[in-house]
Amino acid sequence: MSSRHLLSIRDLTSEDAITLLDSASAFWELSRRSIKKAPTLRGKTIINLFFENSTRTRTSFELAGKRLSADVINISVQSSSAKKGESLRDTVATLDAMHPDVCVIRHGASGAPGFVAERVNAAVVNAGDGLHEHPTQALLDAFTIRQAKGDLEGLKIAICGDVAHSRVARSGTLLFQKLGASVRLAGPRTMLPPQPESLGAEVFDRIEPALEGADVVMMLRIQQERLAGTYFATLREYAREFGLNSTRLELAKRDAIVMHPGPLNRGIEINDDVADSDRAVILNQVEAGVAVRMAVLYRLAGGGEARL
Amino acid sequence: MRTLLDEEAVDRGLRRIAGEIAERHAGAADLVLIGIRRGGVGIAEALARWMADLEQVAVAVGTVDITLYRDDAATALPNPRIGPSDIPCSLTGRDVVIVDDVVFTGRTVRAAIDAVFDYGRPRRIELCALLDRGGRELPIQPDYVARKVDVASDERVDVIATNGRLRAVVQPLTAPSIPPPT
Repeated sequence: MSSRHLLSIRDLTSEDAITLLDSASAFWELSRRSIKKAPTLRGKTIINLFFENSTRTRTSFELAGKRLSADVINISVQSSSAKKGESLRDTVATLDAMHPDVCVIRHGASGAPGFVAERVNAAVVNAGDGLHEHPTQALLDAFTIRQAKGDLEGLKIAICGDVAHSRVARSGTLLFQKLGASVRLAGPRTMLPPQPESLGAEVFDRIEPALEGADVVMMLRIQQERLAGTYFATLREYAREFGLNSTRLELAKRDAIVMHPGPLNRGIEINDDVADSDRAVILNQVEAGVAVRMAVLYRLAGGGEARL
Repeated sequence: MRTLLDEEAVDRGLRRIAGEIAERHAGAADLVLIGIRRGGVGIAEALARWMADLEQVAVAVGTVDITLYRDDAATALPNPRIGPSDIPCSLTGRDVVIVDDVVFTGRTVRAAIDAVFDYGRPRRIELCALLDRGGRELPIQPDYVARKVDVASDERVDVIATNGRLRAVVQPLTAPSIPPPT
């Protein structure tokens, strides 16, 4: 592909994705050494610009940059000029004038990273924008699946929960299909996207048919603070109808793995007996996150001709 | 395509080097051979086999990928394929022999030395190459080499594996590249 940004999974061909995932295994190995650092991005500057709170994604990007020896600066909305009324456009123009090589952006508005990418010299990485996409999450999920299953080709992947409000589900669906898997989306009708066919996935309003024979079960986080009372009646009802427990998991393949982007709502979308079982690869996902983000930063900050 | 070392010459050279390494590192207890991906990996493994055959010593073998340590990592990598490094043990206090197929500018070796240090602090690092083709740009010299030859700058040295045996050939820089032996 020719983009110098990573804004959407649509920017990647399956070959680009495979190259990134392959190189991520080298970075994964690096993070397990006693000296977790390579000099590759020495002298490069990375700005993490987070308009939404996210400790885990920001930490993951920060570690990824630092393990490649880049200088990493974190800016969060609480301490930034956005509070003083500065527009996104002026904020990024100001930052760009300091010549960062990569700008990692999380924003509540869909398309904000794309808006920024058109206006800066830095390479832009989308770290989650509104209801749109979260491409590095999809890559780390694919990396984790490859670790467990070798390859995505032919796998059945169930993504369950609040699909409509999930950029994780959207990016994941696009990437997993690109890599040859078939995707099933399941959730209450109020939480399914209005035009699910545009994602090319099978859609279910119950969780059981999605789980049947699945190789991978990915549970999405219910944003209780935002959604209770409007999209479903009570958390208890949601947990009863859509929560993953060990009994329901028996519908999936015997060696199916369970994923969750975190943070977990234990007892709501996922029960302890699943989350703490050896089927859960949730911490592997966290580890994969650093490796995959190192691969992305390396490709985008790798200078002159580097393209994803 | 011109042959620099045929299979016999490669075997003779590696056998001699295996003897030299075994002699200099009596017992080889603290010794680790580290092949530089990808060309040096097969050579390191062949050396370990010769050392087992001739000297009855089992020597640890690892591989290192130097992509992240290149001095041009930030400018010259249009489509890098980074591979995993595989170091079997901590290198602190060990004698390390870095193994490559061909030593040329010395930049790869410089990167490999940096990479090795990230796995511990070896007591000593030596360099072994099947071929030394001259053209050094850094003050780096191999300690063990099967053959030293001068190769023109518009030519390339390839080490080719056939049926598990290696030979070294020279061809024009423009010739399609041959994947290194694995």
